[in-house]
Amino acid sequence: MEALDLARWQFGITTVYHFILVPLTIGLSPLVAIMHTAWVRTGNEKWHRLTKFFGKVLLINFALGVATGIVQEFQFGMNWSEYSRFVGDIFGAPLAIEALAAFFLESTFLGLWIFGEGRLPKWLHSACIWLVAIGTNLSAYWILAANSWMQHPVGAVYNPETGRAELDGVAGFFEVMTNNTLIAAFSHTITSAFLVGGTFVAGVCGWWIVRSVRAGRQHEARKVWRTGAYVGLVTMVIAGLGVAVTGDFQGKLMYEQQPAKMSAAEALCEGEESAAFSLLTIGDLSNSCEGVRHLIQIPGVTSFLGTGHFSGEESYLPGVNDIQQEYTERYADQFGTDVDYVPNLAVTYWTFRLMIGLGMGSLALAAAGLWVLRKGRVTDTTWFSRLSLAVLPLPFLGASFGWIFTEMGRQPWVVHPNPANPVDQVYLLTQDGVSTVVSAGTVLTSLVVFTLLYAALGVVWFLLIKRYVLEGVEPLADDLATTGDQDDDQDDASPGGDREEELEPTLSFAY
Amino acid sequence: MDLPLLWFLLIAVLWTGYLVLEGFDFGVGMLLKPFARDEKERRVLLRTIGPVWDGNEVWLLTAGGATFAAFPEWYATMFSGMYLPLLLILLALIVRVCAIEWRAKIDDPVWRNRWDWAHTVGAWVPAVLWGVAFANLVQGMEIEVVDGNHQLVGGFFSLLTPFTVLGGVMTAVVFLTHGAVFVALKTDGEVRERAGVLAQRLSVVSLVVAGVWAVVAQTQFSAHSLTWLPLTVAAASLVGVVVATRARREGWAFVLNAVAIVAAVALIFGVMYPNVMPSSIDPAYSLSIDQAASSPATLTVMSVVALLLVPVVLAYQGWTYWVFRKRISTDHIHGHEGLPPAAPQDAGQSAGAR
Repeated sequence: MEALDLARWQFGITTVYHFILVPLTIGLSPLVAIMHTAWVRTGNEKWHRLTKFFGKVLLINFALGVATGIVQEFQFGMNWSEYSRFVGDIFGAPLAIEALAAFFLESTFLGLWIFGEGRLPKWLHSACIWLVAIGTNLSAYWILAANSWMQHPVGAVYNPETGRAELDGVAGFFEVMTNNTLIAAFSHTITSAFLVGGTFVAGVCGWWIVRSVRAGRQHEARKVWRTGAYVGLVTMVIAGLGVAVTGDFQGKLMYEQQPAKMSAAEALCEGEESAAFSLLTIGDLSNSCEGVRHLIQIPGVTSFLGTGHFSGEESYLPGVNDIQQEYTERYADQFGTDVDYVPNLAVTYWTFRLMIGLGMGSLALAAAGLWVLRKGRVTDTTWFSRLSLAVLPLPFLGASFGWIFTEMGRQPWVVHPNPANPVDQVYLLTQDGVSTVVSAGTVLTSLVVFTLLYAALGVVWFLLIKRYVLEGVEPLADDLATTGDQDDDQDDASPGGDREEELEPTLSFAY
Repeated sequence: MDLPLLWFLLIAVLWTGYLVLEGFDFGVGMLLKPFARDEKERRVLLRTIGPVWDGNEVWLLTAGGATFAAFPEWYATMFSGMYLPLLLILLALIVRVCAIEWRAKIDDPVWRNRWDWAHTVGAWVPAVLWGVAFANLVQGMEIEVVDGNHQLVGGFFSLLTPFTVLGGVMTAVVFLTHGAVFVALKTDGEVRERAGVLAQRLSVVSLVVAGVWAVVAQTQFSAHSLTWLPLTVAAASLVGVVVATRARREGWAFVLNAVAIVAAVALIFGVMYPNVMPSSIDPAYSLSIDQAASSPATLTVMSVVALLLVPVVLAYQGWTYWVFRKRISTDHIHGHEGLPPAAPQDAGQSAGAR
């Protein structure tokens, strides 16, 4: 393999890996902040248990997310130095600002949250985890500002003297920050991260409800786990709706800005009106349209997803063959006529469907959970326990496939041309972005060590989280005192318990 | 002042922040296995950096991101040219982060011992390699202009010369001293006493190694006589560290060591000026500040952002150090964090037993 392919594999592996951890951090940190605040406000010990339980999982996850994030910034220079030279003037700024505006915030206040109990007033201590949550979300904004610019460059001009893309004045920076691609990507990514976080909380709590009921701890099931499950379920419902709405918006934008990506996702070969959405398509893996056969189709739906019209002239969508022809003509002088402008059909087709399907898989838990746990109920049924566990990985996978789709779907471009202004020369083929001084052997070495190290750390990450989830929470005061099954949340906000907690830190995340 | 020069100085400031702050994190990590005698002492050492190391590390990401934004050509040439050392640094940093955060999660001596080794090695590797990298920037590298772009063509072994290796030894010793002084400053009792003695010895080694390296850097590679100034400041500060550690004035020793690091960065960037990457093949191939810089628009935006945000970051990071200003001793270490080593065999049983 050439250095180019290896560098692409390395970017893909390190990025997808990093982005398994990040959505959980983004989605879970605000939920932990909510739990912590509820504890400070009410003094109710159930919130204390939940804060501690999910706080520990958050910290285990956060560590690996931070560790793998460092690689992301450096590998642009290491593996993609020609890309960095071409776009650094614009692309570097959001990365630098991310560190300055967001990453400092989350890292510093995470330290304060871990070690600050007992040294900070209670309200300030809970404000620290809010600042962590805000920081993680701000991080996403700046990183997506950089990524969205590669998907749809705005605010840039080509400078023939330096041979690179440069910011179009200070106003160009505001265009980069308000790029409509960025707004769409940010809202879609954040809502899906909340879906990940909500599903994680609901799934773990759902499984624990069954487990603690069976162990005879009705009180814990009702008070702690059912409360936690509701936090997760409500998040899932809101985030799930958000994911669908923003995804639809993003899809329509993509048809305008990167028609090849969406046409490839449908394996739409020739342009047509009222294009159908296929549930199953088979093809050979030659990436040509000849072997493609659509088996099950829903008429008009693809057109609607792309244009908002089911039929008629306005529902016309171009096929990948049209796009190939158009791009070949347009860029013949620069790149010759051999470039394949169609992204990998099999990968885009299936990742698009897996993204949607796996994302919607969470709905099963949301619906079941809201029904089973209605009006103060808990359950000990095996199927709910199993469902809770089974659904856990789905939104993680959905988010990963979503990114693979987004990134693979814009190939062969690393900076996709902006169709509104295609002659401004602010575009770059992926093959022209790779480092020229780095040998294939060097990239292979780093690809192998990163993959092995990530795999080893991934195993530890999983086992640690599993251990902490299995550990559950400390017994409640009521469970220790009585074996009674009464459930009244009102009387555990006793002021006496509050005073005691001020003496000794009880969250104790410090090491 | 023109914007590229301002950003050249700002990059130096960001690296200074990184080396001063993460310098003592690395030092404490490097000492974790060799210095601490038992579990309580190791936890004391970890607690000295616990609340702040993560924030300190972000200075590196900011320095890297700012170089990308303000000097794309520098970022591209340096990071692709120094590929293997950077790879090793990244691997070490990854392992170190996990070691710090995960060691306490399981209460098992074997588990903790492994992570402590990982932490120690993960601190030594970057402590040495950052010195090698900066010494290369001082010495000049095998840079040519290929198709209009500056490229480092020498490969990995061109980065290793006696001068650059000595640079690596220097940063390792300086960070070790910095860490020992920091431990003496932040702890009490036995640990403070021993760290004080260690800092006293290390400070002499650090003065000698750094002195030799700096004089070679100045006489062999600097074109400016003005860089004698930071060199003198650095040397005087390091002498001050020797004196202060003897007198057990930990606060002064820490401040003076920090001043020495600031002066060393000033020396390094002063020697490089007006280049960001001097070429050892032909000065005509050197990458200058102006050649490497971004457009005026980008530098303007970045300047405004830096002006607004850097004071805020400094304020809350400074406040963090204030919050955790108390000394720590083994008396403060109680009980065990983390879960017992073996997973419960039957989850239902152990849950029922409670």
